[in-house]
Amino acid sequence: MSGDTSSIDRQSSPDAFGGAKSRLPQSLQAWIMQWGTAVVDGISSIGDIAYFTWQMFGWMFTRLPRRGTMMINFYQVGVLSLPVVALTGTFIGMVLAVQSYYQFQAIGLESRLGVVINTSLVRELGPVLAATMLAGRVGGAMAAVLGTMRVTEQIDALTTMGADPIHYLVVPRFLACLLLIPALTVMADFMGIVGGYFYSVIVLGIDRAAYLHHSREGVVGFDLFSGIFKSFFFGGIIAVVSCYRGFNCQPGAEGVGKAATAAFVYSFVLILAIDLFLNIVLDSIYFMIYPEGTTLF
Amino acid sequence: MNTEEQPIDDALSQLDDASPIDDRSQDDDASPIDDVPNTEPSNAAPLIDVTNLSIDFDGNCILSGITRSITRGQTVAVIGESGCGKTVFMKTLVALLTPTTGTVLFDGVDLNQLTPAQLAQTRRRFGFVFQNAALFDSMNIFDNVAFPIRQNEPTTSEDEVRQRVRKHLVEVGLPEDVARKYPAEISGGMQKRVGLARALVLQPELIVYDEPTTGLDPIMSDVINELILHTRRLYPVTSVVVTHDMHTARKVADRVMMFYPRRMLDEGQSQILFDGPPSQLENADDRRVRQFVRGEAGDRIREMSRAMA
Repeated sequence: MSGDTSSIDRQSSPDAFGGAKSRLPQSLQAWIMQWGTAVVDGISSIGDIAYFTWQMFGWMFTRLPRRGTMMINFYQVGVLSLPVVALTGTFIGMVLAVQSYYQFQAIGLESRLGVVINTSLVRELGPVLAATMLAGRVGGAMAAVLGTMRVTEQIDALTTMGADPIHYLVVPRFLACLLLIPALTVMADFMGIVGGYFYSVIVLGIDRAAYLHHSREGVVGFDLFSGIFKSFFFGGIIAVVSCYRGFNCQPGAEGVGKAATAAFVYSFVLILAIDLFLNIVLDSIYFMIYPEGTTLF
Repeated sequence: MNTEEQPIDDALSQLDDASPIDDRSQDDDASPIDDVPNTEPSNAAPLIDVTNLSIDFDGNCILSGITRSITRGQTVAVIGESGCGKTVFMKTLVALLTPTTGTVLFDGVDLNQLTPAQLAQTRRRFGFVFQNAALFDSMNIFDNVAFPIRQNEPTTSEDEVRQRVRKHLVEVGLPEDVARKYPAEISGGMQKRVGLARALVLQPELIVYDEPTTGLDPIMSDVINELILHTRRLYPVTSVVVTHDMHTARKVADRVMMFYPRRMLDEGQSQILFDGPPSQLENADDRRVRQFVRGEAGDRIREMSRAMA
């Protein structure tokens, strides 16, 4: 009891607040401060990126950049990414065939290998791989270029000459990623299907007619739609995250390097998170349209 | 390297022929403007009017209580040691930074009250020469200089763009063949001259130079100083030159403002230690001004230690 009384006395004394403060262990104070700062910074960053995106959409719906500016970005994002996306798609198709063949052969269903390969590619691996390649090849480069422009005051120079940096630098990159990633996804799908067919039918000797028949039955239009639909979100996220990181680059070579790395890492994590969310939504829609669904068997 | 040895003299002599204005560069201290303290009443309305300007970055006060005006046609050198806020002041003048408190009026208009479109329109009246030129890496020199025209006057024909770019490249002593090169292919001095040509191409009312001679050899530094003077002779331009090169300040300016780091001052002390003609710098009342002009460290190490504590 006496302990309780003294505690109350201390709290009601003039220096009670100071006393209460000092009772918190220093490590706990530091921990609270650290987490508090992280939460405030996180909320501030979300607000910042939302405002950045808002400004970008504002320009998109009022005045598009000049054709020449757009074409350079479309070329760099679309045309130059095509070979690497096609190559990745081909190898993934073949890897799926290698990994799945012995499992299916063990239960005598190797002729249905095409369904697994093609469905996996069209619904999931094609869009995600195309987006990952784009985040690595284009997202990192975007952040590095814009970061260097920030560090060397080229973005300030644009502003002083009456050009809005978001209109001039971000909108063309966003549109290039948004509009061209579906084409890259289709290319990854197609080359993956070709790679899977080549390894299954030509190398492993699966019956061609059976392979094609089951593939055709197993993959429906909704699968292709869902993959392409998701790719729009992936492209948009890559452009916004990469441009934002570049625009908010810290000074020096290290700052540019960090911006490029962060652009890829954040883009990749967000691609997977959005993929999960969209898959849940799209599956709900799919089972509303096709209550029976389609199965492997 | 041939391009580095360009006929600058030819270009400058062309400019001399074109300009009826006196050649102040012949005698640094002989300028009639030098003898006129800018603080004296002037009939001309100020082009820039700064009132009670303060700038904080993350709680660090960089500028505090700055109130000054700059009259049309003046060339003002802003000097001071690193970290004193002179570049921040200059960027605030062209609304690249927003004041924490106070106002910056350009030709009577508060830049921070303008909409983005109005601000972009107003910025056509500014020219900005960056410390490291800030040329666009992805464009060649021609496109760099043409950028402000294409951005702000989209109806201008390509023939006219070509003529204007060529004219301004000649004005800064650069040959035509440099127009096809990229910024990485030319020297630092040439990049600065391209930056000046780009700043001049819209014939601005205000040109702001951020440390125009930093990192250049003495000859190239003087070439840049001459170009600043020639620009002023050719165009009715107001100039703000941020520098810590006293040769530049004495040569090009008719008014010098010396800033001092806020953190080294006591509460209530003015951050501008000197504001007057360059000829009075040596005899300034404040010993810190005289020390800066002579390049003497004086009590700086003790002051810096106290400020860091």
